[in-house]
Amino acid sequence: MPEIRFWQGNTAVAMGAIAAGCRFFGGYPITPSSEIAEIMAVELPKVGGKFIQMEDEIGSIAAVIGASIAGYKAMTATSGPGFSLKQENIGFAYMTEVPIVVVNVMRGGPSTGLPTKVSQQDVMQARWGTHGDHETIALAPASVQECYELTIDAFNLSERFRQPVILLSDEVVGHMREKVVIPEGESIPIVNRKKPKVKPEDYIPYKPDPEDDIPPMASFGDGYRWHVTGLTHNEWGFPTNDPDVTESKIWRLVRKVDRFKGEIVKCDTYETQDADMIVVAYGSVSRTALSAVREARSKGLKVGFFRPITLWPFPVDELKVLLDGVKAVLVPELNCGQMVLEVQRAVEGRAKVFGKGLVNGDLFRPSEIFEFIKEVA
Amino acid sequence: MGDQRYEIRIAGSGGQGVILAAVIVGEALALYEEGLNVVQTQAYGPEARGGASKAEVVVSRSRIDYPKVTSPNLQVILTQKACDKYVHDALPGSVVIVDDFFVTEPPKVDAKVYSLPIVRTAREEVGREIVTNMVALGAVARVLESWELAKPESIRKAILDRVPKGTEELNLKAFELGYGLMKEKL
Amino acid sequence: MPSPEVLGWLRQRFFPHIWCPGCGHGIIMHALLRALVDLEKKKEKTVIASGIGCSSRMPGYIDACTMHTTHGRSLAFATGVKLANPELTVIDVMGDGDCTAIGGNHFIHACRRNIDITAVIMNNNIYGMTGGQASPTTPVGAYATTAPYGVLDVPFDICKLAVGAGASYVARATIAHPLLVEKYIKTAISKKGFAVVEVMTHCHTQFGRKNKRPRPIDNINFFKDNSIMYNKAATMPPEQLEGKIVIGEFANVELPEYVEQYLNLIERVGGNS
Repeated sequence: MPEIRFWQGNTAVAMGAIAAGCRFFGGYPITPSSEIAEIMAVELPKVGGKFIQMEDEIGSIAAVIGASIAGYKAMTATSGPGFSLKQENIGFAYMTEVPIVVVNVMRGGPSTGLPTKVSQQDVMQARWGTHGDHETIALAPASVQECYELTIDAFNLSERFRQPVILLSDEVVGHMREKVVIPEGESIPIVNRKKPKVKPEDYIPYKPDPEDDIPPMASFGDGYRWHVTGLTHNEWGFPTNDPDVTESKIWRLVRKVDRFKGEIVKCDTYETQDADMIVVAYGSVSRTALSAVREARSKGLKVGFFRPITLWPFPVDELKVLLDGVKAVLVPELNCGQMVLEVQRAVEGRAKVFGKGLVNGDLFRPSEIFEFIKEVA
Repeated sequence: MGDQRYEIRIAGSGGQGVILAAVIVGEALALYEEGLNVVQTQAYGPEARGGASKAEVVVSRSRIDYPKVTSPNLQVILTQKACDKYVHDALPGSVVIVDDFFVTEPPKVDAKVYSLPIVRTAREEVGREIVTNMVALGAVARVLESWELAKPESIRKAILDRVPKGTEELNLKAFELGYGLMKEKL
Repeated sequence: MPSPEVLGWLRQRFFPHIWCPGCGHGIIMHALLRALVDLEKKKEKTVIASGIGCSSRMPGYIDACTMHTTHGRSLAFATGVKLANPELTVIDVMGDGDCTAIGGNHFIHACRRNIDITAVIMNNNIYGMTGGQASPTTPVGAYATTAPYGVLDVPFDICKLAVGAGASYVARATIAHPLLVEKYIKTAISKKGFAVVEVMTHCHTQFGRKNKRPRPIDNINFFKDNSIMYNKAATMPPEQLEGKIVIGEFANVELPEYVEQYLNLIERVGGNS
C-alpha cells in the first residue's frame, strides 16, 4: 500500500533523496532551504548514511563531491547566495564527472535579497553559473509530490550522466505542504553509476564507452587507483594542454548529455490542441498559470499551457510541435525576463513571445496572469 | 461541499504558533478526511518572535492549482498588526474571528466578525498563553464542522500527532475551550 | 636514490614533474612516500588530496587514489571522502597560500572537528605557481610581487593556529631535516585525529630571488642555521627567537575523533540494522 503523507516540499526533497539512495549530505544553513539539511541530519544516520554541517557553502559542496568520489550518492541544498558560492565546485564536478545533486530553493535576489520570499531569478545561473562550457540538467518541481519524484529523477540522471544535476525548487514549493503519495520502495526506479568491468591495472578512468560517451566510474577504496583533477585532463585523468585532447574532452562533456536530450526532457501540457495562445510557466508560477488558463478557457479564450519540468535542457522540440496556429506565447516568471529568452529561441519567430516579470517577492496571483492573457489576446 | 474551494487563514505574530495551527488544520484535512486536496502555505519575515505572520490552508475536492489564499472564507486573527495587514481581502460574507484582547479595532470588512477571548482563554482558563493557537484551532474546528468540511475529531487527531508528549491534555483542553467559544456563536 | 618500494608509489608515466630543479617539494614527497611504505599502507586504500599550487601537483605523481581539487578546498573534499569511507587513509597536501589564505576556514574547522586526516603543509612563504605573490606566511618586510615595498601584515604561525583550533597532533620540521619530516608524517598518519605537519620549504625561484636566498643551497643553509627545537625554544626569551624557526612537536594529545563519533551516532540511532 502506498503511504500518504502531508509534507513540506523541502521534506519531500530530503525523503526523495533518501529513497533514491542518497547516503551523504553536506550542508550549511540558509533560508529557505535549511529544512532539507535539518531533515537529512535526522534521517540519514538512521539508514546508515552520513550528514555533516560544514563550515561554509563551499565546504559543503566540496565534501559532497568527495563523498561521491568515495562511492556515495550525495547531495547538498542551498539558496541564492549559497548557490553562488558553490558555483566553482559545481564546475569541478562537471569537469571531473562526479555525480552530485545540488538543490537550490530559489529566493529573491540579487545578493542577500529576500531570504523568506519566492523568486525564479536563478534560472540562468543554474544554466551558466559556473564558468566554462558544460551541459546543464536542471529540474523544477511545481508540487510537493514532484519535489519527491524529481529528486529521485535528479539522482538517477546524475548517476547516469556522471555530472551535477540541479533541482531548482523555489520558496513557495519548498515551504508549502501538500499530500504526497509515497510509492512502494521496489516500484521506485533507481539508476546507479556505471562501474568499471576491467581489472584495476587496466582501468583508464576517463576512457568513455562509445555507446554513451560516459566513462565507468570507480570509487576510492574499491581497489582502483585513479587521479581526479579539475584541470583539463586526458583519459588517464592527468593534466594536459594538448589541443586535441582538450577539444575532445570538452565536447564530450556537452555531447554526453546532448545526445540523450530526448530521454531527459520532461514537460507537461494542457489544452494545447486548438490553442491560439500558449502560456509557458514553470515551478510555483505554473500553478498560478494553470489556474489562469482554466479561467480563460471558461471564458471562451483558446489558451493552452506548457510547463517545462526540465528547465535545462529546455524542451525545445516539445514546445515547437505545439505551435501550429499559435499566435502568441506568454511567459510569466518571477524574474525580469530569463526563461522568456529561451522560449524565444525555441519559438524561432513562429509566434510572438511576451514576457511578464514579477520580482516583488510574491507569487503571481491568478488574476494577474489572467489579465496578462487578456492584454495579449 | 462539491468542488468549492475553501480558503482558511490564521494570522498573528511570530511565536503565537499560527504556522503550527495551520499545519495541524492541513494535516487533519489531508490525512483524516476523505478525498480532500489540501495545500498549506505561510508567509513570515526574518523574526522568529514578533512581526506579523500568516499561515494559510486551501482545501478543495478538486485539484488545487494556485496554492495561496486570495479571498479567505475563514480568518482567525490574533493581533492588531496582523489584522491591519491581512484582513482586508476577506471574501464577502466570510467568517472572521479576531482575538478580543489584542485586536482592539474591529475590522471593517464585509464579513461576519466574531470577537472571541482566544488569548484570555489560554492565559486565564488554561493558565498557559502558549496554547493560544490550540484555542484558535478549536474555533476553526467548529467552523469547519459547520461547513461539513471536517470533523473536530480529525483535528484532535492531528493535534495529538504534533504536540510534544506530556502536553496532550493541556493542548486538548485548550482546543475544547476554543471549540466551545465558537459553538456558542455558530 | 629512492628505494624500489618508494619508486613503486610513483606514477612515473606522468613524469617529468613541474617543480623547478632544486625545489623542496620533492624532499617532502620522498619523506611522505617513505612514511607510507614504512607504515605498509596500501595504495588503493590511500587517498592523497590537494588544492591548487605547485605543492598541490604532488598527488598526480603518487600512484594512489588521488584528487587535485579546487583552490583552498581540499580539506573539505577530504572530509567528504573520509566520512564516506572511514577505512581509507586520507592525507591532504597543501601549500601555505592554499591552506591558510583561501583555505583558512576549512583548515581551522578540520582542526576543530578533529577528523582523522593528515595535513602536510608545505610552507615556502610565497605563491610560487602564480608568480611570487605574498602569502599569509610571508614574513613582515619580505618582498613579493604583490609586496614590492615589503610585506606589512603579520604572518600566521601555522602550528600555533592548528594547536589553538584543536588539532590532536601538530609538528613542524624543515626540508633540511628530511628524517624528522618523515618521522612526523609517520606519527601524524598513525594518529587517530586531525594531524598537521608543517614543513618549511623554499621557493628559490620566486621567494629566494627577491629575498637574498636565490640558490636552493642558500635556503637549506638558512633552515639549518635558524631552526631551534621546540623544547629548547621554550626556554628562550622571545627576542632571541626573532626570525628563528621552531621545529618539533607542538601538540600530541588524545581527543575524540569525528568519524568515530559519527559512527557511534549511527549505532545509537539504529542505522546499522
